Amino acid sequence: MNAKDDTQPTIVPYLKRDESGKPYLAGSKCTACGHVFVGERTVCAKCTARGQMVSVHLAETGKLYVYTIIHRSFPGVKTPFVDVIVDLDDGAHLKGTLVGVKPEPEAIAFDLPVKIAYREAEPVNKPGKPHLSYVFEPALEA
Amino acid sequence: MSDVYVVGIDMIRFGRYPERTVPSLAAEATLMALDDCGLSIRDMQALYCGNLGQASGMVGQRMLAEIGQTGIPVTNVANACATGATAFRDAWMAIKAGIYDIVLAVGVEQMGKGLLGGSASEPSPEGLIGSGSMPAMFSQIGIEHARKYGTTFAQFSGVSVKNHWHSTMNPKSMYRMETPLQEVMAAEMIAWPNTKLMCSVNVDGSAAAVLVSEAKMRQLGLVGRAIKVRASEMSSNPFQDRQMAMPDFSSATRLAARRAYEMAGVGPEDISLVELHDCFATAEIVHYENLGLCTDGEAGRLIDDGETRLGGRIPVNVSGGLLSKGHPLGATGIANIYEIATHLRGEAGDRQVNGARLGLTHVVGGGPGMGTACAIHVLEKV
Ligand SMILES: [Zn+2]
Repeated sequence: MNAKDDTQPTIVPYLKRDESGKPYLAGSKCTACGHVFVGERTVCAKCTARGQMVSVHLAETGKLYVYTIIHRSFPGVKTPFVDVIVDLDDGAHLKGTLVGVKPEPEAIAFDLPVKIAYREAEPVNKPGKPHLSYVFEPALEA
Repeated sequence: MSDVYVVGIDMIRFGRYPERTVPSLAAEATLMALDDCGLSIRDMQALYCGNLGQASGMVGQRMLAEIGQTGIPVTNVANACATGATAFRDAWMAIKAGIYDIVLAVGVEQMGKGLLGGSASEPSPEGLIGSGSMPAMFSQIGIEHARKYGTTFAQFSGVSVKNHWHSTMNPKSMYRMETPLQEVMAAEMIAWPNTKLMCSVNVDGSAAAVLVSEAKMRQLGLVGRAIKVRASEMSSNPFQDRQMAMPDFSSATRLAARRAYEMAGVGPEDISLVELHDCFATAEIVHYENLGLCTDGEAGRLIDDGETRLGGRIPVNVSGGLLSKGHPLGATGIANIYEIATHLRGEAGDRQVNGARLGLTHVVGGGPGMGTACAIHVLEKV
């Protein structure tokens, strides 16, 4: 991982770095209805409140809600990989790739505790251009 | 407001026509629909033309350039997988509003082979942040159903067995081959739990319909084979907590279904057959419940018990569905209406649902970061 290289671009707009170069997932919390969104925004799609949104750093732990195992992807993308929807512990919902488990249905459990890890990765359409990305990996239960 | 009737409707056989143009495919279905009711393009007062691939290409006007430029207003429509149904509904609304009394609706698509989805945005997060493919989305929706209700791989696969069997009786289907359960389950895995035989087929196709007011139908003497539009409803995706991570097709379908049953003054128990949006086998399962064909959690049992097969309690996708008949995005919505109309007219041959009186069509589309478009029509034998 080379996440300290703060000139490196990030793979998605909601993945950002703080002043010290440390990566985080940017979110927004609606102070009217409490919903936590991935990414920065000003109006609430849930309750329609305007001017009630505050910027937050999203939780880096959560539980696996659903998954699929991708065997066929777009040209050049390595398969299989596990695509998961995670309910983060702050109430946000985030898509990502789960690593550290076998890409087999028998090996993947609903509600598996997971955590975010930041990684350097090359997008399939930008060979040789590393970007800052993130993955989910199984978290040891407390 | 006048009731609205379909008097002419037809579709070309879905397939691959790389040598054709999009307007020529649209023109072929249009002429077939006009012949179906013995009318001419000169009788049409307006055209609503649905197409996705050339959404900025004025397909409607280019079609008229092939079959007759009468100067009528043309509205080109694009609305994801609901494109054709949206064009049909626009035609319906124009007659409902009393602006026209005879209107043409067309849906057409020419597609390449391969995987749909993914964004043009750079850099591509595919594989790094999950997958943006269509199979990924609809597989997760199936896994959500499995999480809630224990739905099995074999049950999802059973949807494909059924729809492929149905398509053997439909001469307008792209594929017409039976696929036994073992074959469906052993086919190449695309995204668990959808194998290749559980993904809809990218094909070229077109379908067209002539819609009229009640007075026009009587004036033209076209009551005999007319189909009454009992309900036309649409929705977009109402907010759902997980929608940004996991596109949601169920709440839009439930919303449109509730309104459609209300408008028609009927319930799911009154429906004789359904053509629903089986873009993936997993999607058909969740839409049984979204459309009220069974209670929540019962969809797997419907497959086990054969309730949605031809001859069952509520036959679904007797045409072969998107899984076998094919899914030319912009044409699908009107092709589904053609299928229902054909059964209501008693003209469906080997796959006829006996005694069909009321049918429902459903399409729903969208994608990651895009939202959802859903359209539902309830049609009745006159
Ligand atoms: Zn809010």
